[in-house]
Amino acid sequence: MSIQFKDETFRADYTFSNSQWAIDRFPFPFHEDSFMYSVNMEQHSGGPEGSVYEKRFDVDEHYLSEMKDRAIVLDEDPLRCQSLPHMNLAGWDLLELIMMSKSEDYPDLFELHRDGTHWRWINRPMSIDDSFVFMDNTTLPYGPMEYITRQAQGDFCVLDQRDDNLWMDAGMVTTQADWSLDFDIGMNFFEWHAPVPRAHEMGIFKRALKFLLAIQQGTPARRLNWTLTVNPLLDTSPENYHKWGIEKASLTPENVGEKQYLRVELQTFFRLPRSNALVFPIRCYLIKFGDIVTVPKWGRRLHRVLRDIPEDLATYKGFINNRSLLVDYLSQFDDGAETSPGVWPDLHLEK
Amino acid sequence: MSEFQFPSSIRSRPIYGKFEARAGKDCLMIADAEGAEAILNMVQKSDDSQEMMANTHIIFIPKHTEETYVEKLKALGARQFYLGVSYEASVPRLRHILTNAHMGLQVYLAGTEGVMGQAQREAIEAGIPHVAIQMEHRGSVARRMQCVHCKGITEDVITDPFICSHCGLNLFVRDHYSRRLAAFQGVRVDAEDHGNVPDQVELYK
Amino acid sequence: MSGGKNKINVKVVEISKVNDLVTRFSFERIDGALFPTFSGGAHIVIEMKDGEINRLNPYSLMSDPMDQSLYSISVRRDDNGRGGSLFMHRKVKLNDEMVISYPVNLFAMDLRASKHLMIAGGIGITPFLAQIKQLGTLQGHFELHYSCRSRALGSYVEDLTDHYPNNVRVYFDDQKQTIDLVNLLKGQPLGTHVYVCGPKGMIEWVRNTAFEMGWPHEAVHHEEFLAPPSGVAFTVNLATSQKTIDVGEQQSLLEAIEAAGIDAPYLCRGGACGQCETRVLECDGDIQHNDHWLDDEQKVGKTHIMPCVSRFAGRNLVLDR
Repeated sequence: MSIQFKDETFRADYTFSNSQWAIDRFPFPFHEDSFMYSVNMEQHSGGPEGSVYEKRFDVDEHYLSEMKDRAIVLDEDPLRCQSLPHMNLAGWDLLELIMMSKSEDYPDLFELHRDGTHWRWINRPMSIDDSFVFMDNTTLPYGPMEYITRQAQGDFCVLDQRDDNLWMDAGMVTTQADWSLDFDIGMNFFEWHAPVPRAHEMGIFKRALKFLLAIQQGTPARRLNWTLTVNPLLDTSPENYHKWGIEKASLTPENVGEKQYLRVELQTFFRLPRSNALVFPIRCYLIKFGDIVTVPKWGRRLHRVLRDIPEDLATYKGFINNRSLLVDYLSQFDDGAETSPGVWPDLHLEK
Repeated sequence: MSEFQFPSSIRSRPIYGKFEARAGKDCLMIADAEGAEAILNMVQKSDDSQEMMANTHIIFIPKHTEETYVEKLKALGARQFYLGVSYEASVPRLRHILTNAHMGLQVYLAGTEGVMGQAQREAIEAGIPHVAIQMEHRGSVARRMQCVHCKGITEDVITDPFICSHCGLNLFVRDHYSRRLAAFQGVRVDAEDHGNVPDQVELYK
Repeated sequence: MSGGKNKINVKVVEISKVNDLVTRFSFERIDGALFPTFSGGAHIVIEMKDGEINRLNPYSLMSDPMDQSLYSISVRRDDNGRGGSLFMHRKVKLNDEMVISYPVNLFAMDLRASKHLMIAGGIGITPFLAQIKQLGTLQGHFELHYSCRSRALGSYVEDLTDHYPNNVRVYFDDQKQTIDLVNLLKGQPLGTHVYVCGPKGMIEWVRNTAFEMGWPHEAVHHEEFLAPPSGVAFTVNLATSQKTIDVGEQQSLLEAIEAAGIDAPYLCRGGACGQCETRVLECDGDIQHNDHWLDDEQKVGKTHIMPCVSRFAGRNLVLDR
């Protein structure tokens, strides 16, 4: 299928919008009517045709606009992309993984030609046609991780594996849900997750780490994470929080449907072969409440999740001040009917 | 007593212990102000203090404690004893020591979080795993804070919120800590309601 | 999830006698595709159908991690072992087809190290061969101290001393040459990491000496290939699968579970990595814990067992498998 790439903004005038195709395939994260942390890992080995889970690195209609936004963020703040010196090899591993996956999964958009270490990469949507020598940094305009992640949607954390732990030693982080790469780089798995309430005491991170340490080449895994954002702002970084924080106060009962967004992260985990590192892509999908409620099951469920979520989680996820506004809005779409387990819409009931 | 009981906190917040003399021929001990007490304590309790001191380099920055600890530290008989006017002035010497040091070097850091954190960072960059570096807190509980917005570091922060000494924003104090930056994170306190800045309260009160 | 769940069908394209004890085997893919690249220190698990017995043995990859056309391993013949090395030496022929796993690395280099100090004993040289080649690509700094029984049994000694005359020192037991470990560990610059692979005694010697000299644990790495010990046969009940299985004398509990058609997780098959950790639901007898993974509480309390290397003697053992 051919994707219609949009030209939209994730800042200032916020012209972002989802087509019906994007709404239908949105990764709704709630499989039941309440939410609590869990080690919700599964194998990342495809999914229903056309779904966001099908390809290794999903490309959608927002691709070009997201890459444009990334370039703006990096111009303003180059510290959003950093790689500690020993992570250069992992950067090449990542470049290879993304190039091979995308050229195989989207042959009409991406091509990779390899002649020994002489590679040629064609990225049609971005009009890129670059030849370079694999593992030779001087033949690329940026380091390998930065080069390829400027052409891939979502954030990328590259984790060194040592001492039975994972270390955030490199990353491209421009669409984050309020954490700073510049601050967290060099931390281990428990340290960078330190601010998350409850999960440590529940043993979530111990179990998750054990699982991640054992991920091998060829058997990647995935899970979903979620939060809320006012306006389709991708760059909700702590660095710029002093500017975007105030947008939360612009919500009114009239504009919730238009301005309040559910932000879902499709997190995947791939072993990188030459460096033995683990890459942790965080792919961000945005949908406004007004679009969510067009799927009746999602409207009912989201209402119940946000109504009942414990206060400390709502605070950590940043929407505690607007919670009653959101719950009031969503209550209009919850008739109390039963919802089926699982994330998929009940198409047979809702058509 | 200059010891402080830090309340329990999040996983990235450093936890300090009490020095234990460990195997390893060479020792590097760095202390500021009341941190001297931690060194004196350990060496006085140790059975092989003479042997330990024969291969020890002490760097001591007195700050406001002036002469209080200097003679006692000198009396330990370390092979090298350096009286530093400030941590910053001691850094070239510290880096030189680390460049020429060998694996097996035992590092003991005592005093304020700011000095310990910066010295720890030097040792990590030189190639000592951070868990092997011993740290014992004494004295002031003031923090080094990094403003996440302008990246500037504000030293000796003792209130929450505080004013960034670089960009002037009012920042709240987080316990989230970076060894690489040797600082805690400060975030704009009135980001969601400009101008609504809570009164400054002393840390840990 | 079994380690290297992905399997690769290969053909044996080389069998070279390295010396009286050691033989090198090289493999190519049957489908003609490229092998996955790997990081130095990785091993593959080779499936061996030895008559009735299905063995799965790990061997370090010694070939260049950047070479995707070929994988090479070296196997030391152990006449007193369970038969895996004997199978390789005696039963495997040129052009035989075999099944191997994807590479798995439990002995990776710390790429931050300013210097990699490698200490090898006997067949423990194999992971270092791959790591040294990888460091060549990365322009990393290494120094190898290699202890062998004798020149005749010193695998790859000439290769190493020819290619890296300034970075390799070899010590022959029969000439009473020993590594001067204390002096070696005394003068290493900060940022040096030590890696040791060889017999159990050598590993303990290096680790204990290093820690006595104040080296941090995080800077001392080791890999030991623990072969599952044999023992008296025993019976086990698998609660989840609702099966009762017999574990033979020369068979490990993990192998018996696999022979019963159950896909149990594993990675190293040598008691070190923790992947096969299994909960004990009932135990009336003694567990012989032969692993380096469980803590004392788990061992004494008999709450868990590592089926890859541990055994049981008693009346009843029920596992959560």
